[in-house]
Amino acid sequence: MQASLSEAPAAPRTGSTARTVRRLVQQSGIVIVFLIMLVVLAALVPDFTSSGNITGLLLSVTLTGTIAASMMMVLALGEVDLSIGSIVAFSGVVGSVAANALGAPLGILCGVLAGGAIGLFNGLVVAGFGINSLIATLATMEAVRGLAYISSGGDAVAILAPSFFGLSGASFLGMTTPVWVMFASFVVLGFVLNRTVFGRDVLAIGGNVEAARLAGIPVTRIRVAVFVLQGLLAGLAGVLLTSRMGLGDPKTSIGLELAVISACVLGGVSLSGGIATISGVVVGVLIMGCVQDAMGLLNVPAFYQYLVRGGILLLAVMFDRWKTGRKASVLR
Amino acid sequence: MSEAAAARFDSPESPPLLALSGIVVEFPGVKALRGVDLDVRAGSVHGLMGENGAGKSTLLKVMSGVNIPRSGTIRVDGQELSFRGAADALEAGIAIIYQELHLVPGLSAAENLMLGQLPSRMGLIDRKALRARAEAVLRDLGEDIDPSTPVGRLSIGQRQMVEIGKALLREARIIAFDEPTSSLSAREVENLKRIVRRLRDEGRAIVYVTHRMAELFELCDAVTVFRDGARVAHHPTMETVTQDRLVTEMVGRAIEDIYGWSPRPVGEVVAAIDGLTGPGLRAPVSFNVRAGEIVGFFGLVGAGRTELMRLLCGTERATGGSVTLRGKALRMGSPRRAIEAGIAMCPEDRKREGIFPIASVNDNINISVRRRYARAGLVDFAREKQNAIRAIRDLDVRTASGETQIRTLSGGNQQKAILGRWLSEKIELFVLDEPTRGIDVGARAQIYKILYDLAEKGIGVIVVSSDLPEVSSICDRVLVMADGRLTADVPRDEITPERLLGHALPQ
Repeated sequence: MQASLSEAPAAPRTGSTARTVRRLVQQSGIVIVFLIMLVVLAALVPDFTSSGNITGLLLSVTLTGTIAASMMMVLALGEVDLSIGSIVAFSGVVGSVAANALGAPLGILCGVLAGGAIGLFNGLVVAGFGINSLIATLATMEAVRGLAYISSGGDAVAILAPSFFGLSGASFLGMTTPVWVMFASFVVLGFVLNRTVFGRDVLAIGGNVEAARLAGIPVTRIRVAVFVLQGLLAGLAGVLLTSRMGLGDPKTSIGLELAVISACVLGGVSLSGGIATISGVVVGVLIMGCVQDAMGLLNVPAFYQYLVRGGILLLAVMFDRWKTGRKASVLR
Repeated sequence: MSEAAAARFDSPESPPLLALSGIVVEFPGVKALRGVDLDVRAGSVHGLMGENGAGKSTLLKVMSGVNIPRSGTIRVDGQELSFRGAADALEAGIAIIYQELHLVPGLSAAENLMLGQLPSRMGLIDRKALRARAEAVLRDLGEDIDPSTPVGRLSIGQRQMVEIGKALLREARIIAFDEPTSSLSAREVENLKRIVRRLRDEGRAIVYVTHRMAELFELCDAVTVFRDGARVAHHPTMETVTQDRLVTEMVGRAIEDIYGWSPRPVGEVVAAIDGLTGPGLRAPVSFNVRAGEIVGFFGLVGAGRTELMRLLCGTERATGGSVTLRGKALRMGSPRRAIEAGIAMCPEDRKREGIFPIASVNDNINISVRRRYARAGLVDFAREKQNAIRAIRDLDVRTASGETQIRTLSGGNQQKAILGRWLSEKIELFVLDEPTRGIDVGARAQIYKILYDLAEKGIGVIVVSSDLPEVSSICDRVLVMADGRLTADVPRDEITPERLLGHALPQ
């Protein structure tokens, strides 16, 4: 491999058009797959393109989608966060309890901040104490689920304030708040990743932490910040979910972390850090959503849906491997 | 630079730009530096020499703020500084070009150049400024690199230029190079020397760590020698310094000739390679290796030597040609079949392909014999242990014990342990790709001795090397490659460095 490393750039410049095409395929490969899939589903699945179905589909991916945007940052950093499902449940419970006591606006704020606090804790443990994030967030995943049960007293907490209900019901241009929040998180975090110093520093840390440290990048601070961001966004998603359900449920969103990570990986985000695109994540989220939706419309039994989801994830990763060819191992 | 300025840099009474004194660094159980002094003047190149583990790298890490000394002072331009991290050293104008470059493969050359200080307006990246500054510095270095190319696609030499560009963009006045030429091709080395001289003429202070004597004498104005964490000699000018004297100072004893080659009887053909073609080769390659013969492969980086060896050892599938071992045709394209047929390979990239870093020295030695020793699928620990003990003793592997993780050993000792794998194997042909890269003089002499011993036993040995003195001194015959072709077959008594280099340059 060493040799091919040093020789790749020696390739003659004449192949630059071929290379551009290849790069285009490499960058947009999963997007093309998604478009083909969309056409096939539209043609074969009845009612798939109806406006009611599209609205429902978008709403169904808001939870995964909103959090996938910040999970992209965490993965780009070379870390992982398994605690998001518990954060969603916890912040939902905190939100509904606080809303019932203090009113809807403060309740919403408390819910989001509760998520941020867990994120801060994760960040401090991972960055400050140098604990592997897989282990650290596995621990908070358990502990925070416990906090959710404790703060709810074991049962779901119903929301009393009507304006809290109204939060997720409000719609603009035919789409409701959760959908807009998801769009906003895609746009904002995509912008942050690509256009801000913060985002490029995140990719640098994920790509080569030693290089980043020696270049004077504040590695610890950035790591903490990314986990806080993840916590805040998971908190917001949890509050919106609570608003949609009308209750803060401590049992909700078990296994959400795997769905979110799957969507990111589908979108070509590297689990070893340093490689991420927001377009990939958006497509990853939509592929998962569309397949789920189509299976619902086709009345595929629930047990088989698991099988299909697993298969799709595996195929996507293999596709990614195939299209990058040997380059993947060079970049690592 | 004006003449007056040049005179100022040269005057001996001017204070050194960088002055380290009494630096002590301790790691758990080891005193890495025992009160080291180092003065480096502006406008000069200061060589650092010493065997691996002598403390050079630790000293560089002190300069870069990575290792915090227990005691001692660091002065830059007469001002005492204390570094708490890498950022402080950068602030003070010190940049280190490490042997293993610290770049982010997925980010562009431009982003790497300005890593940690990306130009921005209110947190948003100023892409125009980024590109413009990157282009300016790359042009300044004479490099034709598109700033938007991901660093992962650049050659090692180009990456090093990006690393140097980083130092220039930070306006570093003190630049330290840690064995910068160890993985460069001959052409890239020349370019690097030109850049180093220019940086010196601009009045910067250059610290230059190297194992290569020729480079030292060509580039350096002063040299300091380290051994076992202490400064053993300091030569403020190169006038009185000789190669023998430096070697003596480094090893603490005289080594007359580290190569120690002597004629050996050569037997019949062990391996016959006929018309081999495959990826990386532009013309079919044919050659023979005889029993007891050490055959060198010289060429520039990218000449196709490593690719040829990969074909030979089955890690890459050949598109044509044949390999015959002791008269038997080898079924190619599988490393396992190659090993079974008696071809052993010592890969170029030790860290990536050679060692199992977190495994013990014993496990690393036994990895290839384990299957053969095992009975009914169970590991024969007693026999393995004996094998490891013997290899460690015979090859003089310096390790606390056989259970030590191999990654804690110096490069030379890791290499000796890897060679130990093959001592108890029945092999016909031993292929070594850059066996002494980044390995100090003492360990190199031992590795050469191992090669001679193996050849003595009637094994055919192939040594791929970019080190011209090495390849001309230890081999019985040198084959030269250029541009994916075999260009020359030079017998021992006709080998001269000029001749080898002449055949290695692409026509």
